Amino acid sequence: MKLEAIVEKMNMKVVSGSSQLDREVTGGYASDLMSDVIANSKEGDLWVTLQIHQNIVAVAQLKELSGIIIVNNRNIEVETLKKAKEVGLPIMVTELPAFEIIGKLYELGVDR
Amino acid sequence: MAENKKYTKTQELTYELRVKDVMNRTVVAVSPKTTINELREIFRDNRISGTPVEDKGKLIGIISIEDVINCLSEGEMDAIVADKMSTNVEVLRPDEPLVHAVSKFNKSGFGRFPVIERDGGKLAGVITKGDIIKGILEKLEIHYHEEEIQRHRASYIFDDIVADQTTLSFQYNIKSKDFNRAGESSSQLKKALNCLGIQPDLVRRSAIAAYEAEMNIVVFADGGRLSAAVQTSQIKLTASDSGPGIPDIEKAMQPGYSTAPDWVQELGFGAGMGLMNIKNCTDKMDIQSEIGKGTHITAIIYLNNKK
Repeated sequence: MKLEAIVEKMNMKVVSGSSQLDREVTGGYASDLMSDVIANSKEGDLWVTLQIHQNIVAVAQLKELSGIIIVNNRNIEVETLKKAKEVGLPIMVTELPAFEIIGKLYELGVDR
Repeated sequence: MAENKKYTKTQELTYELRVKDVMNRTVVAVSPKTTINELREIFRDNRISGTPVEDKGKLIGIISIEDVINCLSEGEMDAIVADKMSTNVEVLRPDEPLVHAVSKFNKSGFGRFPVIERDGGKLAGVITKGDIIKGILEKLEIHYHEEEIQRHRASYIFDDIVADQTTLSFQYNIKSKDFNRAGESSSQLKKALNCLGIQPDLVRRSAIAAYEAEMNIVVFADGGRLSAAVQTSQIKLTASDSGPGIPDIEKAMQPGYSTAPDWVQELGFGAGMGLMNIKNCTDKMDIQSEIGKGTHITAIIYLNNKK
């Protein structure tokens, strides 16, 4: 499924990488622990997290994830945005808490 | 006026290629006694529109389809070649660069030039504009093909350097508690390994191990060094710091065991998985640590897919 389709249906705010929304989302992963994401996420996964510091960009790049969804309408750190824009990484912000956005994504057909 | 004059690949090739590289070597030379009628058939049978005229192995002229047409309109098809050929023949030498041929074609308006050996004046071939175009296209094709292969193989530095043992090493200095730059070294290392044309999954494993090692240094130590030594058979990652040291390595290796301060854990680091992650994505791992002195981790990833 294309990231663009997910963004449209989930009513999320795209805060970076809006030119990269034609990426294919091949799965999803939810975690707030960097090492856990590094160990267990797969290439092409859409990552749901509440972390907003700039290292999430490095982790997403490292694992070649398709994008990041920030939950609870959290305000992303400026440096994180700057880095994400630099590397063209899509970051979306939703007002929903993790549990709900993940449920909706799963319903939409995003699974492991 | 000194604008950047573009010097194209095609132009470059006209200097690189020689007349002998593109000329047609199977020449159907005719004798001066051939009649125009016979010549017409020779042209038709060989699908050519002009040819040199040779007498006793010596070039004496050149005759083309135009001459045949003229004879046809004048009703002189029984005339002999010797009377109708052009005798002021301009020739090219086999070793001349193609650019000479090109300018000669442009100046003279002739359709073909005989190519004559420098020694002995023997007819070596004939060159037409078509031969030049064909020759350049073939050469471009070869260049393109080579480029494609090159791109496909990324840079095979190990193939180009001859030595009994080649080691490429990269070193990155890691600052303590600098979360903003944390992860930068391992992503730079990842890029470097990609440049070397190392298999993507091995690059990914190396990058993950490097990332975790880098994070440990950032979180716990007062800075340190991350380095990678790449050989044809393996990548050896080394992470060294002069930090506090690990009191109990066995415990530290257990998933979930962490001594990271709360504020670090809140950022999602120090989950007690780092060392396990390194172990899981490398083929061999060793930790040396001394309290108060520092920690030294080496991890090896085999490049010939032993894992």
